[in-house]
Amino acid sequence: MEISDRASPKIIIAAILGLMMLICSPATQAAEKETPRSGGELVFAVGGTPPSLDGHRETTFAMLHPVAPHYSTLLRFDPQGYPKIVGDVAESWTASKDGRTYTFKIRRGIKFHDGSELTAKDVKATYDKIIFPPEGVASARQGSYAVVESIETPDIYTVVFHLKQPSASFVANLASPWNFVYKAEILAKDPRWYEKNVMGSGPFIFVEHVSGSHWIGKKNPDYYMKGRPYLDGYRAIFIRDTAPRVAAVRSGQALIEFRGFNPAAQEDIVKTLGNKAVVQESPWVCNLTVSMNTEKKPFSDPRVRRALTLAIDRWGASKALSKISLMKYVGGVFRPGSEFATPEAELTKLAGFGKNIEAARKEAKRLLKEAGVSEGFSFTLKNRNVKEPYEVTGVYLIDQWRQVGLNVNHVQQEEGPYFNDLRQGNYDAGIDFACDFMDEPDLQLQKFLSADKSPLNYGRYKDSVLDDLYDKQSRATNSKERLKLLRQFEKRVLDEQAYQFHVLWWQRIVPHWAKVKGWKVTPSHYVNQDLRDVWLAE
Amino acid sequence: MARETAIATKSFSGFSFLKGWAGVALHFTRRRPLGAAGALIIVIMLLAATLARLISPYDPLTTDYAAMLQAPSAAHWFGTDSFGRDVLSRIIYGARTALWVGFSSSFVGATLGAIIGVASAYFGGKVDLIVQRFMDLLLSFPLIVLALVVVAVLGTGTVNVILAIMVPMVPRCALVVRSSGLSLRQTPFIDAARALGFGHARIIFRHMLPNVMAPFLIMLTAFLGQAILLEASLSFLGLGVAEPTPAWGLMLKGAAVEFAETAPWMAVYPGLAISLSVFAFNLFGDSLRDALDPKLRVS
Repeated sequence: MEISDRASPKIIIAAILGLMMLICSPATQAAEKETPRSGGELVFAVGGTPPSLDGHRETTFAMLHPVAPHYSTLLRFDPQGYPKIVGDVAESWTASKDGRTYTFKIRRGIKFHDGSELTAKDVKATYDKIIFPPEGVASARQGSYAVVESIETPDIYTVVFHLKQPSASFVANLASPWNFVYKAEILAKDPRWYEKNVMGSGPFIFVEHVSGSHWIGKKNPDYYMKGRPYLDGYRAIFIRDTAPRVAAVRSGQALIEFRGFNPAAQEDIVKTLGNKAVVQESPWVCNLTVSMNTEKKPFSDPRVRRALTLAIDRWGASKALSKISLMKYVGGVFRPGSEFATPEAELTKLAGFGKNIEAARKEAKRLLKEAGVSEGFSFTLKNRNVKEPYEVTGVYLIDQWRQVGLNVNHVQQEEGPYFNDLRQGNYDAGIDFACDFMDEPDLQLQKFLSADKSPLNYGRYKDSVLDDLYDKQSRATNSKERLKLLRQFEKRVLDEQAYQFHVLWWQRIVPHWAKVKGWKVTPSHYVNQDLRDVWLAE
Repeated sequence: MARETAIATKSFSGFSFLKGWAGVALHFTRRRPLGAAGALIIVIMLLAATLARLISPYDPLTTDYAAMLQAPSAAHWFGTDSFGRDVLSRIIYGARTALWVGFSSSFVGATLGAIIGVASAYFGGKVDLIVQRFMDLLLSFPLIVLALVVVAVLGTGTVNVILAIMVPMVPRCALVVRSSGLSLRQTPFIDAARALGFGHARIIFRHMLPNVMAPFLIMLTAFLGQAILLEASLSFLGLGVAEPTPAWGLMLKGAAVEFAETAPWMAVYPGLAISLSVFAFNLFGDSLRDALDPKLRVS
């Protein structure tokens, strides 16, 4: 075949036509349309109300969603490239060779909403409050920073963290969306001031909060990132129940609810809005586990706990429950699909995760008999009085356990008494949940540590093997070595001892009005909530 | 020969007994056809509750995820719910919950109310004054509010729901029975009982209470409908019995909010069951009142 170096007229015409098609193609037009537009107020629904306004002490999205747009954090997850970590108030950072010193350079010119400049002093005061809280000040995630020895500020734009030992999760923990940077001067006067007041350096300035009704923020004209935020402001409306929240999105009273809905609600919204709606979906760093009270007989016997996990058909549940609820993915202690997740072939070898449910139930019955638990044995399953996904899962588990001859009394309680009973050991079995802002073993494994080390361990057991494995994996800098330790930890928790066991991991489904742009769903409903990139197409 | 006679006499007695009840039922049906219709529905409910194990096509607790949200069909006459459970079977078993909670709460509530009402009328004076003011206080709360308070304090669960429904019934019955008790207190046979030196308890329980049976029965049947409705309301609000117990209000709770459009059968049938049972108890209660109230009988 001869190739001419002169373009023939046919080729030139084809090239022109191709270029015209490219210019007129829907993709190009869409790209043009996607140019962010400034202005407008975003109204979104929140399925709860903030208990306090202090991000360092709270653990609920109901605080984070309305409050996060007022604050900056030291680092953050890249909104368009989760889980990549980028700087927020930190311009850059370096780690020492021994992995024990981290130095952060703070961006110049960041201003708090009162006009004062944010400096390294404020970052230090913030992390001092989180890691070494004064007496009477609650810090929900203090344990995640136990590795920090001290914090220094050599100059007003430099913060240095000194660690006791290298930590694989330290940088990721600094990107925590809960760690709002507060003003040092205010904290010095009253470390609890932020529980009832708002004053940050984020893309939006606080305007109004009517408890139980709504929250309003307006654009921060002095935000450090020029041209952001795009919105003139936002309004969060608090709607606790799912049905009115769905109705609010359906009717356009709210354009989005960031936490997510179940498939039925999604169908409802999409059916009503048609092409005015888009749906963003993602796996979720959230799961439901069954916690067994190991201080009570017969649950003190590992054989009984193993039998209970063996009786659950997780693969069947995944197919069935994902149609009606948030529950979807079969996984061990790490989110399926994450870098730490156990491959399916290995996972199916763990008790209760195999695909032959008949054989598993036969083994469960044998174990129960061996442990002296008779057919028809009754126990109580404590659960939260919340339909989605707690009640749905409760009903499923009760049916699964009936199939190995166990009678379960389902007791649903309000949040206060429910957690109280779990913490005090006033239960046989309980449905517990875990949601994190990222896939990180240091976070996901905490609840499985010995009861005297982790207040999240409702199983009330002490296991030095698990504690030791946790410490080793946390210090491991070699990823292969870390994965090996994680597998050992998982096998001990879920299989050998079956102290607590996962039911399913959740799916995140966010149906919203198509005119809401610039927001990308992530596996955590805690991150990417400062709204600085969000804009309205109309 | 003597043995044969005895058997013949016994059969004759049984037949007469049945004939007597049939006569009463026929008389009641002729005089009060609406009440009879109510009674018929109640009897069907009672039979369904008692024979649930025999007549329900499926186990009400067994989930079938291959048959989720199926519309009514030959296999599932009333369709299936979001867990693939048969709605008809859950309605049949739900009658057990409704009647158990309804009967026990109304019976205990009405009985306690009757005792308090009669005792209050019998003692009169300061006792009556204090008891009645306390009853007025309880009556000042709407039925559902008082039940909600009780559930909030005691927690959810079948026994607590029975207590929650029972408590608001007490003052309502006490008030009605007290008025009958006040007229009874003045009657010569009560004076005679006193003169004979009978104790208060004996006079109240053996002489006064049997004579307030008419208002007691009327209140009891009226309460039954209310109790079923209240149980359904509490379950609907998530404060009654817990899943997976088959209960009509609970079935509505799961269906009405999320599946009203996509699977309306999930809400329609339990809703109908609640309406029909309350309607039946109201019809029967009204007719019973008409039959037992001497004033209405005369008119």
